[in-house]
Amino acid sequence: MRNIWIITKREYARYFTSPAAYLVAFLYLLVLGIIFYANVAASAMNAFMRPYAPGIDIIINPITTLLVFITPALTMHLLAAEQRNGTLELLLTAPIRDWELIIGKWLGSFLFVTTLTLITLVYPVTLNFLVKPGIDWGPVISGYLGLILMGAAFTALGTAISAMFNNQIAAFVASLAFFLLLWIIGFPAHGLGGSEIWQYLDFSNHFYNTLAVGIIDTRDIIYYLSVTAFGIFAGSIIVETRRWR
Amino acid sequence: MIDVQNLTKTYGPRLAIDNLTFHANKGEILGFLGPNGAGKTTTMRILTGYMPPTSGTARIAGYDVVDDSLEVRKRVGYLPETVPLYPDMTVIDYLIFMGKLRRTPNVEDRAWEVLERVGMAERAGSFIGSLSKGMRQRVGLAQAIIHKPEVLILDEPTIGLDPTQVVEVRELVKEIGKEHTVILSTHILAEAQQLCDRVLIINQGKIVAEDTPQALQLRLQGGRRIIVEVRGDKIDALEKRLSGLPGVRGVGTISQGRLEILVEENEELRPLIARTVLENGYDLLEMRLAEMSLEDIFLQLVGEESETEQEQEESPAESEAPSNTPADEADEKASEEG
Ligand SMILES: Nc1ncnc2c1ncn2[C@@H]1O[C@H](COP(=O)(O)OP(=O)(O)OP(=O)(O)O)[C@@H](O)[C@H]1O
Ligand SMILES: [Mg+2]
Repeated sequence: MRNIWIITKREYARYFTSPAAYLVAFLYLLVLGIIFYANVAASAMNAFMRPYAPGIDIIINPITTLLVFITPALTMHLLAAEQRNGTLELLLTAPIRDWELIIGKWLGSFLFVTTLTLITLVYPVTLNFLVKPGIDWGPVISGYLGLILMGAAFTALGTAISAMFNNQIAAFVASLAFFLLLWIIGFPAHGLGGSEIWQYLDFSNHFYNTLAVGIIDTRDIIYYLSVTAFGIFAGSIIVETRRWR
Repeated sequence: MIDVQNLTKTYGPRLAIDNLTFHANKGEILGFLGPNGAGKTTTMRILTGYMPPTSGTARIAGYDVVDDSLEVRKRVGYLPETVPLYPDMTVIDYLIFMGKLRRTPNVEDRAWEVLERVGMAERAGSFIGSLSKGMRQRVGLAQAIIHKPEVLILDEPTIGLDPTQVVEVRELVKEIGKEHTVILSTHILAEAQQLCDRVLIINQGKIVAEDTPQALQLRLQGGRRIIVEVRGDKIDALEKRLSGLPGVRGVGTISQGRLEILVEENEELRPLIARTVLENGYDLLEMRLAEMSLEDIFLQLVGEESETEQEQEESPAESEAPSNTPADEADEKASEEG
């Protein structure tokens, strides 16, 4: 536990000294702000013809999309940079287990992604002031729960993928490709009415129709937790096998 | 303290170390001396628990490096070949981080203590990225001793340093060696002789010699190199004649007109060689005694056992460099380039 926390603290703190992390965070919040503003403005203009109040989905759905893109940028360096720098040699000869290292790294990035996600709560709060009777907080709570779980799963996969590369950019591209695949993998199966496995693996099937609209289903929670556990497990195995080469 | 039995490591088809067996006693400074690719780093990486051997065992303080890896790692301080530092951290933060990972009690006090020890206390607040190579090396050393390890493993601790820094780091290692068991690797014969209680000479993954520096010195004085520069026709003929002289072990050509003559140590052959050159109608332009370079030692030690083509190819090219500098300096140069 202590070892994990030492690594986590260092990892978390590193984001706050990294210009790249600031840039990613800034772009994330900026894009989200623009989407939010555009939606609110559009609904205000439409208000006379077709009155509707913008729902929480104008915030939560873009965050999902943005998470797919920013998580790889925030996890790419985790182990790849250590490998490149030679500092991995130091960590792997310190009295700490491979899985403690991986969990420490993952937790650091997860806490940072969660921090960013929680900052976006300013948008639901703002929206609450803008629309008349206020917003329904149910989907906000379940939606943010889903976003946090999704952040956990993505950062765990990103950590494992970073462990495979010496090169951060390669880790970024591989993570992004993997997340995009997970995003759409259920889709072809939809049309064919086919394989349930692909449907199950597709994270969009565990979010848009459930957590995003206020339904908390334990099966979805289990899905994200399993993916997270898988990422941590795979990451530990990858580090372990890299020692053997 | 350190007990290694039949250690072997292959990277795919490449044999990096081949059946190494050696030990190091408590409080001893053991040197690994060997050329590039000898397997020094590989051996050290196995000892530090970074990677497992393909076969064989290694024990440190009674703990197996594979089965009790964590126990071993608690007891080992390691300075890898490429000093592993985080450029975005300050010196003191880095040491505290490493100290915590190594479970150092009173880590902050200890971090300052080791900084003082390596003479870097006034740069404690600097970012590591802004330090010079020598300073980084010291921070690397500080990191390796912060948890008061029983065993210290230093992979080429003086490589790439300027001469003053080399001296300083050697002093530091020597001092540290009073309290710890130290294994260090180097290309530089003089360094091994100066620092180590015992030296292992490794070549192509095998131990070719193991001795105290004094004994090694004696052994190496079994032969001597004389460089002569001559002018005249048919130098081949002279070469043949020279190699026929009693006490001459061999003659090689360094470049046109430059010959390298390996002779027995205890005989003074220079007058005889000079006469032979002149009497055969050649001009003698230069003659001097060359010190043994590391390459020569390997040739001497290894060559007796197995004269592989590769070594013979390497020999003339390598021995050209030391021709006008002392062997030690040339070695340091070569290692900086590498
Ligand atoms: N990661 C690796 N993958 C494949 N081969 C390797 C690897 N590391 C080392 N080797 C090979 O193992 C052999 C021994 O290398 P090692 O790094 O242990 O030598 P060394 O004595 O430390 O050399 P140097 O003085 O150059 O540091 C070399 O032939 C090298 O090519
Ligand atoms: Mg090496």
